[in-house]
Parts: sequence; C-alpha cells; structure tokens
Amino acid sequence: MTNAIIELNHLAKKFGDETVLKDINMTLKKGEIIGLIGPSGAGKSTVIKVTLGMEVASGGSAKVFDTVMPNRQLLGRIGYMAQTDALYDSLSGRENLKFYGLMKGIAKQDMAKEVDHAAKVVDLTDDLDKRVSGYSGGMMRRLSLAIALLGNPELLILDEPTVGIDPALRRQIWKELGSIRDEGRSILITTHVMDEAELCDRVALLLGGKVMAFDKPASLEAQYQVDTVEDVFLKAEGVE
Amino acid sequence: MRTIAIMNRVLKELFRDKRTLALMFLAPILVMLLMSVIFNTNSTTDVNVGTVAVTQKLNKEMGSIKHVNVKTYDTKSAAKKALSDEKIDAIIKKNGNNYSLTYANTDSTKTAAVKLAFKSGLTATSISQLKAALKKSTTGMVKLQAQLQAMQKQQAAANATTNSSAAAVAAKQAAATKSTSTNNSTKSTSQTTPKITNHYVYGDKDTGYFAKMLPILMGFFVFFFVFLISGMALLKERTTGTLDRLLATPVKRSSIVFGYMLSYGILAVIQTIVIVLVTVWLLGIEVVGNMASVVVINLLLALVALAFGILLSTFANSEFQMMQFIPLVVIPQIFFSGIIPLDSMADWVKDISYIIPLKYSGDAVSDIIMRGTSIFNEGGNILVLLTFLIVLTFLNVVGLKRYRKV
Repeated sequence: MTNAIIELNHLAKKFGDETVLKDINMTLKKGEIIGLIGPSGAGKSTVIKVTLGMEVASGGSAKVFDTVMPNRQLLGRIGYMAQTDALYDSLSGRENLKFYGLMKGIAKQDMAKEVDHAAKVVDLTDDLDKRVSGYSGGMMRRLSLAIALLGNPELLILDEPTVGIDPALRRQIWKELGSIRDEGRSILITTHVMDEAELCDRVALLLGGKVMAFDKPASLEAQYQVDTVEDVFLKAEGVE
Repeated sequence: MRTIAIMNRVLKELFRDKRTLALMFLAPILVMLLMSVIFNTNSTTDVNVGTVAVTQKLNKEMGSIKHVNVKTYDTKSAAKKALSDEKIDAIIKKNGNNYSLTYANTDSTKTAAVKLAFKSGLTATSISQLKAALKKSTTGMVKLQAQLQAMQKQQAAANATTNSSAAAVAAKQAAATKSTSTNNSTKSTSQTTPKITNHYVYGDKDTGYFAKMLPILMGFFVFFFVFLISGMALLKERTTGTLDRLLATPVKRSSIVFGYMLSYGILAVIQTIVIVLVTVWLLGIEVVGNMASVVVINLLLALVALAFGILLSTFANSEFQMMQFIPLVVIPQIFFSGIIPLDSMADWVKDISYIIPLKYSGDAVSDIIMRGTSIFNEGGNILVLLTFLIVLTFLNVVGLKRYRKV
C-alpha cells in the first residue's frame, strides 16, 4: 500500500514474561482518522509507544511512512500528545510551545506563526503568556494538544486528547481534527468517549492484546447488530 | 541547536524556582559562615599550659597573657599525664637552653594560642633579660667611665709622683668590668635563640581544621546541590511525562544530556564563584593558588555530580526515593574525601576512596588553595574526574534508551 501512513503487521510486544500485545494488524491511510478503543490495560498506549519507536516490537513490525520504527528522524513528522499533559509548569504556554517547536525542528522564522496558529486552534491565544502552573486542567490539556499540532505534522498520534475538556471546546477540537483530515493528514486517536469513536473514519477495538474488530463505526454496529459503538464495545467485551 | 534550546529551558526553569536557587547559593554560605564561626571562636577559650623546668620569669610572662593559664609540673611524666587527661593543652619543657613543646592539637586554635603565648612569653623574657643585661653593661660602662675619670684625676693629682701602682689597679678593674659585661651580653644573645622543637599528639603543624576542611567542603556543596537538583529535575521530567514527550521528537538523546550539562555547568560556575568569594572575602581564608583554577576543578566536579545525579535518578521513582540516595551516595563521600585523614585508615578502607570523585577534586582544590599548586600539576586528579565524567555521561546517553529505543 503506497498511501499507508501507519502499518502494523502482526505486531507483538512482551514486557518480560508479560505479553501485552499479541497480534496487532492495523493500517492508517492518508487522510484518515482511526480511533483506538478498548478497556484500560488493553494495550492502547503500548500500540502508540511501539508506533513511535519508544519501544521495540517483540514480533512483527511497525512501519510509519513506510519506514520500520524506531526511527528518530521520522519523529519530526509526527505530532504526539501523551495521556499526561507533559508540560513545564514554570514556563509560560508560549515558552512551552516554543521549546517543543525547537525540539521538533521548526525553523526559527516560522516559529511565531506556528505557535500562534496552534494556540488559536485550542483557544489559548489570550492565556499564552501566563505560566502553566496557573492553568486549569482543561487549559493544560489544550496546550498539550497545541504542542502536538505544532508544525503541521503529517501524522497525529493523540492519546486521549479530550479528557477534561468541556463539550464546546471538544466539539471545536473535533472540527479541527476533521479539517486536518481533509487536508490529507492522518490521525491515530485513543479515546474512552464512545461518541467520539463515532466520529472516526474507522475504529479499532483492542481487547486482550488483539484487534477484535477494525472497521467503519457503522459497519461495526451492523456487524454486532447494535446501535452505537459503545454497545459494540460492551458486546465485544462480553458484558451484557 | 537543540542542546542549546534544552539548556535555555532548564536555565529558565531553574531561575524561576527562586527557592531552589536560594538553596543553592545561600545554604552553602550560611553553613560555611556557621562553620567558620563555630570552629574559629575558640580563640577566646582558655588554654592551659603545663610547664616543666621553665624559668619563673617565662611562667610569669605567659601567665600574664589573656586566656592563658600556666601550671607548673615537676616532672615530664606528671605533665604528660595531665595532657592525656585533658587538664592541659600543651607542655612546655626546657632542656638546658632549648625548649620542647608538646601539643594535644585536638583543637588547632588552642595549639595556635599556645604557640603564640609561648613566643610572646619567650620574647618578653628575653627582652627583659636583654634589658637587664643592657642595664648591667650600661652601669658597668658608667662605672668604668667614672673610674677612668677618677684615674685621670688621680693621674693628674699624682702627676709628679707617678703612682703607677694605682693606675695598674684601676686598669685591672676596668678590664674586669668590661669582661663581665661582655659575658652578660653574649649570654643574653644566646638565650634569645633557643632551639624550639614542636611535638603534636594529633596531626601536624598544618592542621587548621576549618582551613583544611574548606576546599573539600566547597566541593561537597557543589556536588551535593548539583547532584540533588539535577537528579530531581530529570526525575520530574520523567514522572510528568515531559521526557517521553521530548523523546517523541527527533531530539538526540545526547542533546538532552548535554543540554542538562551545559545549564547545570553554568549554574555550578556561578555557585563556585559565589562560594569562593564568600570564603575569601567574608571568612578571610587565604587562597594561595589561582582562583580560576578552583572554579575549573569545581566545575568539573559539578559535571560529575550532574551526570551522577541523572544516572541515579533513573533508579528513583519519586522525589523521596531520590532523597534516599543522600545517605547512600552523598554522605559517604565526605568520609573518604580527605576531611578525615586517609592515611590513618585501614588499607581496604583507603581503597574505597579511589572511587570517590570528591576525593580527587578535594585533593586538587586543597593543593591549589593551600599550597598554590598550578592547575597544570593537577593532571592526575583532573584526568580521573574527566574519566568519571565521560563514563557517567556515556551511561546516561545509553540509559535514556530505556525511554526511547533510538
């Protein structure tokens, strides 16, 4: 596949004796949002870690942009947002953005423009010069997202980006994610919020280290003969 | 480029944390001030000197000096017993024309006080002896002159009769007075330079406790604070997830380590300069050697401490666990750093000191501060510190692989 951004092939990962991922097969195409759902401890974060090259696959392969991970240079083309906010409290929002921007390798002359754009998307422009220690939980989350958006990366990997964000802003963020997709960029997102899963192009249901189902939300609902992704989730998990 | 960005960020964070900054700069000053006060106020404490076979005059002179008490002992063994019972701080014994001084030397300030008292007592005694001798010889001279005058008068009076026998007697007398006066003066000059031998029960004449501690103490503060703060900083990066996020960018692992080294290196330079200035201007400690060399050695030590802190922080899961390294890693450094003389330790204990970075910096800085050794003659110590630095830095760069595989 020429337009596969992420290609996970029989991916397995062990930590010592503990097998976290057994057999993950998943592809993320250009201009697509894939939602990764699954109960806590299903291995969602591990999938992300292996995809980013933080961890090395114990079996199978993880390819990003047709290159086997881990690969340091590729990281510049990926926008990553972790579950934790990962911000420097004593720095202002702008300083955080600038610092991560420099780390990503954004050129100095583009920096101000990039920072302003990312801040605008998450509605933080007015608070950009305040120290992060004075931010609310939601503001920190938004800043964290803004950092991932810096430099218009071709691939966004977002680990639960909308936790602690109020509904209005969440809608705005999803709108932005939609327009990113329409620009032909790709997004891998993990979420616990099932109505967000409905907004994804395809949903991968992760359970017991395997991808139980991987399809369009509507197809999944049809397959499991239920009305919502949440029900798919519950049915797959065996709770009924 | 990224290294510089990381350095800037770490520095920014550090300078905004006013309390930690205050700790780094004010705590060493406070502790050193306290130590200098505690170790040096002893100059006003009383010293007890035991004397054996010393002239009354010297005893009296020394006894008249403030804070000095003189006790006389008949035998040396009695005095020695008193010394070991801590009743007296030193023994002064006169052997013929020479003096033998024995100091307990457990407190260098007391030793110094005794030395001073003895010296001034001796000077006072010899001056008064000199005075007396001078007086004697002057009176002798006056007598001689009077006799001479009398003789001339006699000669004049007995001009015609020529009483040669009287003149001969007068001349004899004059010669006799002359000889006694010269005898007196030679005696007094020989007494002003008696041979003085010093004995120390503990240590040697170089033992000045604070002076000896200071170069090592300086290094210790640098090591302690840089170790702790850098370790904590990296621990925080790890626990808040910023390290993961940092590693999710194309940044090189070495850039992170070097960025930290640069920022903490700058901080350590400032800290060392502050500490050196405080010790020199405020505490009045004499730095014989080059101050820039002291800063360079401490900078090197700070970088070792930094690398060490970063390395150990990977074994800690919380700030409290980081604190637990203090008794395990930092405190033992003091024992082997040379504050306590290493030569008095068992061989296997001495061997431990070879893996203590503080020992090498302490040796080097002591040499520079107290003996004025050039930094270029400290190549051995510097080489060991550099080896520590390179090995630890390498381990750190490799160790970050734990968090990202490339």
